[in-house]
Amino acid sequence: MALKIVKGSIDRMFDKNLQDLVRGIRNHKEDEAKYISTCIDEIKQELKQDNIAVKANAVCKLTYLQMLGYDVSWAAFNIVEVMSSSKFTYKRIGYLAASQCFHESTDVIMLTTNQIRKDLSSPNQYDTGVALTGLSCFVTPDLARDLANDIMTLMSHTKPYIRKKAVLIMYKVFLKYPESLRPAFPRLKEKLEDPDPGVQSAAVNVICELARRNPKNYLSLAPLFFKLMTSSTNNWVLIKIIKLFGALTPLEPRLGKKLIEPLTNLIHSTSAMSLLYECVNTVIAVLISLSSGMPNHSASIQLCVQKLRILIEDSDQNLKYLGLLAMSKILKTHPKSVQSHKDLILQCLDDKDESIRLRALDLLYGMVSKKNLMEIVKKLMLHVDKAEGTTYRDELLTKIIDICSQSNYQYITNFEWYISILVELTRLEGTRHGHLIASQMLDVAIRVKAIRAFAVAQMATLLDNAHLLTGNMQRNGICEVLYAAAWICGEFSEHLENPIQTLEAMLRPKVATLPGHIQAVYVQNAAKLFATVLKGQEGNTDSTAAQETSQLMIDRLPLFVQSANLEVQERASCILQLVKYIQKLQQKDVEVAEEVSALFAGELNPVAPKAQKKVPVPEGLDLDAWINEPPSESESEDEQPKAIFAKEEPKHSRPRHTEVDEKELARRREARKQEQANNPFYIKASPSSQKVYQDTPGVEHIPVVQIDLSVPLKVPGMPMSDQYVKLEEERRQKERAEKKKKEKKKRKEKRSGRGKKQDSGPESEEDITPAHMVDIVTEEMPENALPSDDDDKDPNDPHKALDIDLDKPLADSEKLPVRSHRAAESLKSPAEDGDVESAAIHAPKKKNGKEKREKKKDKDSDRKKSKEEKKKKKHKHEEKEEDLLGGQAEEPAVQSEETNEVAAPPTSTSVSDLDFWLSNAPVPSNTQEAPTVAAAEAAPVPKVASGTAPNSEPDEPKDTEMEETKSSKHKKKKQKKEKEEKEKKKKKKHHHHHHHSDGGGEESVQNGTVEDEEPLPPMSNYCLLAENSYIKMVCDIQGNLQDGSQVVVSVIFENKCDSFLKSMEFNVLDSLNSKLQRPEGSGPHDGLTVPFQLPPGVSNEARFVFTVQSIVMPQKLKGTLTFIVKNEDSSTHEKLDFKLHFTCTSYLITTPCYSDAFAKLLESGDLKGSSVRLEGVNMPFHHLLARICFHHHFSVVERIDSCASMYSRSIQGHHVCLLVKTSGQTVSIDAKCDEPTLLGNVLDEIKQTFSQC
Amino acid sequence: MIKAILIFNNHGKPRLIRFYQYFAEDMQQQIIRETFHLVSKRDDNVCNFLEGGSLIGGSDYKLIYRHYATLYFVFCVDSSESELGILDLIQVFVETLDKCFENVCELDLIFHMDKVHYILQEVVMGGMVLETNMNEIVAQVEVQNRMEKSEVSVQCQPVAELISG
Repeated sequence: MALKIVKGSIDRMFDKNLQDLVRGIRNHKEDEAKYISTCIDEIKQELKQDNIAVKANAVCKLTYLQMLGYDVSWAAFNIVEVMSSSKFTYKRIGYLAASQCFHESTDVIMLTTNQIRKDLSSPNQYDTGVALTGLSCFVTPDLARDLANDIMTLMSHTKPYIRKKAVLIMYKVFLKYPESLRPAFPRLKEKLEDPDPGVQSAAVNVICELARRNPKNYLSLAPLFFKLMTSSTNNWVLIKIIKLFGALTPLEPRLGKKLIEPLTNLIHSTSAMSLLYECVNTVIAVLISLSSGMPNHSASIQLCVQKLRILIEDSDQNLKYLGLLAMSKILKTHPKSVQSHKDLILQCLDDKDESIRLRALDLLYGMVSKKNLMEIVKKLMLHVDKAEGTTYRDELLTKIIDICSQSNYQYITNFEWYISILVELTRLEGTRHGHLIASQMLDVAIRVKAIRAFAVAQMATLLDNAHLLTGNMQRNGICEVLYAAAWICGEFSEHLENPIQTLEAMLRPKVATLPGHIQAVYVQNAAKLFATVLKGQEGNTDSTAAQETSQLMIDRLPLFVQSANLEVQERASCILQLVKYIQKLQQKDVEVAEEVSALFAGELNPVAPKAQKKVPVPEGLDLDAWINEPPSESESEDEQPKAIFAKEEPKHSRPRHTEVDEKELARRREARKQEQANNPFYIKASPSSQKVYQDTPGVEHIPVVQIDLSVPLKVPGMPMSDQYVKLEEERRQKERAEKKKKEKKKRKEKRSGRGKKQDSGPESEEDITPAHMVDIVTEEMPENALPSDDDDKDPNDPHKALDIDLDKPLADSEKLPVRSHRAAESLKSPAEDGDVESAAIHAPKKKNGKEKREKKKDKDSDRKKSKEEKKKKKHKHEEKEEDLLGGQAEEPAVQSEETNEVAAPPTSTSVSDLDFWLSNAPVPSNTQEAPTVAAAEAAPVPKVASGTAPNSEPDEPKDTEMEETKSSKHKKKKQKKEKEEKEKKKKKKHHHHHHHSDGGGEESVQNGTVEDEEPLPPMSNYCLLAENSYIKMVCDIQGNLQDGSQVVVSVIFENKCDSFLKSMEFNVLDSLNSKLQRPEGSGPHDGLTVPFQLPPGVSNEARFVFTVQSIVMPQKLKGTLTFIVKNEDSSTHEKLDFKLHFTCTSYLITTPCYSDAFAKLLESGDLKGSSVRLEGVNMPFHHLLARICFHHHFSVVERIDSCASMYSRSIQGHHVCLLVKTSGQTVSIDAKCDEPTLLGNVLDEIKQTFSQC
Repeated sequence: MIKAILIFNNHGKPRLIRFYQYFAEDMQQQIIRETFHLVSKRDDNVCNFLEGGSLIGGSDYKLIYRHYATLYFVFCVDSSESELGILDLIQVFVETLDKCFENVCELDLIFHMDKVHYILQEVVMGGMVLETNMNEIVAQVEVQNRMEKSEVSVQCQPVAELISG
């Protein structure tokens, strides 16, 4: 009984869970909507309760209903409530619901900022993970701005699980808040070399997404990616990188050359089809970018085509599809290699799979030649008949037209055939492409003069049978062709056999049902036809026929005068009045035909669409000059005429160019000019442009039309394109026979009127002469115009905002906003994000190429310098270049290691100068400001100096020299040259290089050549705190830049035993100077509860904040960890003592420093000096620097050979400057700081670090 | 980028939908219908790629799908994703489901849509591939399930006491 009651209460508590809901819906198939609406009412009740479990359950059900299409946005606030539950279970439900139904305009999103921030910094990694996942779906610009810094911090989280999520979500943050890209980029780049493959893959993923949209900004990463490509074994990562390279190569052809070899190797070696496919794709991209000049270029193409053929022949439809897809890319640049596989592609046209057929269609475009065009189109026409879906059929139709009309009808040998094809296509029902067919008809009829008679006949038939086309107005797409038909019949009416019949057809009452624009053309062309008819009839003695025609017009036109369409109405009224007048004249027996046809005299030439824009300004016409003097200055701000005349190269894409002798040419040109002069529609070219005209196969070169009479000009009835195929074959055979005969004669004596073609079809095609040596009139186009550079980029593309120069140093204003009250999680100060700055320091030695590159942007100031540099460096330089030109595959890897001076593993490579990496030729600007410091920070977690003991050993300060060096390098541009010369005298062996970024004009200094530097040994950033048989504690101490009196200690607890560890309490005995921050209300000796329990073998991290007063002295704090070890049967109380050591270096924060700021600092004289000498240091200089950076939180300001200046800052704002020099095994460190005690202690700690190794 | 992940059965009933770009609910349903229409009329022996539907994406987008017994798994992706790679990913996802549900069938997806979402969250995040290693995915899912269980057991304790009392 009691049980029942309890059960009932539980039922009430969870009225229905998700499963019940689903079951219910399935049981109410008939009245599903009704059932769901009652469910929603229940859910509304549940949401009103205070119990979070009930709410979460309700929200979970809502998520399901959302999937079914119900709008659940009304519950947005409840979802936020569930998200903020402290229980993971509910939080997860809340975030899932939010990710499914929140979007940018959900207003409650702004309430979530703090909750999400709290979750992001939760000690439980899964809380963080759930928040990241949710946020990735509904991040808004506001959230992105407010949380960018928190997420960036998470990119260095100890757990790879969080790191990879944080890295991925950064992409979304960038999209919503583009300002965050530059500050976050250095760290993102570090993650490319994260020890965890998942994180690495995430970083590659994000950078690839970014680079896909704005590839040029990521060129400088190419060496790093190259290294990853040659070292990674993860196919996912490889695919992404290879895809990225595909996007980069068009920008940098030299990159392509480097890629070919490793890619070819991959193609040969990989068994993964996906990887193979992407390699082939990228090789294709490379080959496209290297338009020429690759010796074994054709071998690569062959390899690609071969592999693709294997894919296409595969039984797996997916591979077949992709093979065709890639093939079409090759087609663009290397059509011949693809043409040899025509058989295969034609075979694919018959595939049962529409996707594959469509791909094969794309390929056909490039397969056609004069020889096979008819055959291919015939095949396509068969498919058109068979095709069921209109989409596929329309696709076929456009393809047929595309194929035939490509390159100015290059492959059409018989235009009668083409017209018949077009007419056949008009019989397609329900196509949307009527206008396409129409424009083809117009184009051919206008531009191919020889075909007009035939075209007009066909069009007349079409007009006669117009009722067939317009039968159903629903699918009136095709009636567009009537527009063309009417125009052609009217314009070229002299070719009509029976103009009266056509005129009648055009004036049928049914015409009034056509769309207005077509009617207008009908009316206008009826008038043209009328003129022609009159002309024919007036010759006769009987004038009644002519009068009858006028009467016909007068009878029929009123129908159009009543049209609702203005255009039709206007034209009809005009013409009606005109005809009435003519009729009057006719009745007086006046001859009117001449005058009427004069109305329509003159030929209409095709004019290129952009011709108007490109009319050149005639000589002597100065559009800027005032016709009348301007009244005042202020009115003179009219638009410059230049803007109007966007220039474009004249379209002289005439393929059919005939060899004609000079005389003939001259004669024709003269005739043409004459004709042009008399033609009022012709836009005359200015004399200066005539030259250009002659160089290209221009309009003047068009041979006189000759019609091959071997083909009958008229085919009775509706044309059948098939007839032509047959005829064409016969013709060709005949021709071949003729040719054989003629070959015996001399070649030169070939038919003069019919020149041989000069175009570049396959060799075999030379044999095929077109049936009509046709005059394809080029579209008229004035010359002297620039190609109008229309940028088609979508202004709404969110990626446009991400087109940011990543190499420019960060300005203060760009730093990410940080919440100042957050203490514990702000491991990274925003200032650190400025890393990029120091980057330039690191930019490698290859100056010359770089200089050249810069010239583009900053010619004047750089030219002199670079010359100088050249001289200086000539020797070394040339050697290097030669090596690089060799371009071995290993080169880049070696190179990046070489330049990697101060980097800490595992992120060991800071990218070398792209230029240097690639070769010696000039390349785009300012590639590398790879942040040295960033690299030094690279380790995924904050670093701390391992326990060091003070041990001072003062030395003589060498400030003067240090200052000298600095200042000489860090002056502003103007002084650069001068300084450089000074330097040159001083230390000839040092190669300084001044390099300034294009962005801020800021100056940074590169270091000199570094010889064979090895990769760094791994360094750990956590040091052991204490350990016993149950538990191990390692810790990392980090200053907090936001609060000068706080130090954050991150402790990783690792359960070493087989038992469950719980109730862990962390306590530290406070000293006067340092205190553990405890929650309000707790006593000064209370311990802090560690916010998690540890199952066997699990480790987790907790952070503790300490307040410190003075930071000039190192301190030690005693502490205890107490915990309960719980076994299955027993539990014991254990404790572990530890000593927490706050070294002085833990108060230092890696802060990048501009070199000029650094020089200023030293010059200020506020700093006290000190120095230390280390003996017997047996490690490469860059390792030494890396260690100092890593363990002591310094950043390298500048480095010259075996000398480097470094900088750091304490949490309380003390500046610490170092000059580190090495000779042999002795390292001397001269240091300056505004706090001598702190400096002394830091130096001691550095000494300690090196004495340990 | 992955734009959307849709799972529906042979009758077009959605079993899981996950859009990485916002669409209103009715639009989502239209997209599902259109996608189902496109995918369902294809034979099983044709290729698994489909030029994107008109509603979602555009020319840059492709539908990549796999058909398992009664379910279609459809990913709508843009050109930055490798086609074959996504096919593999679908396989990984399905195998992961199989592991997590032990012989997964449509009913599992019907009744545990939330769990399927949680698994998917470990594979794809915000439209980008998060993890492709099945063991890693399964491990993360299991840890979270354990966390959930421990929380639920704590919560149910008083009830359990009530029952036993």
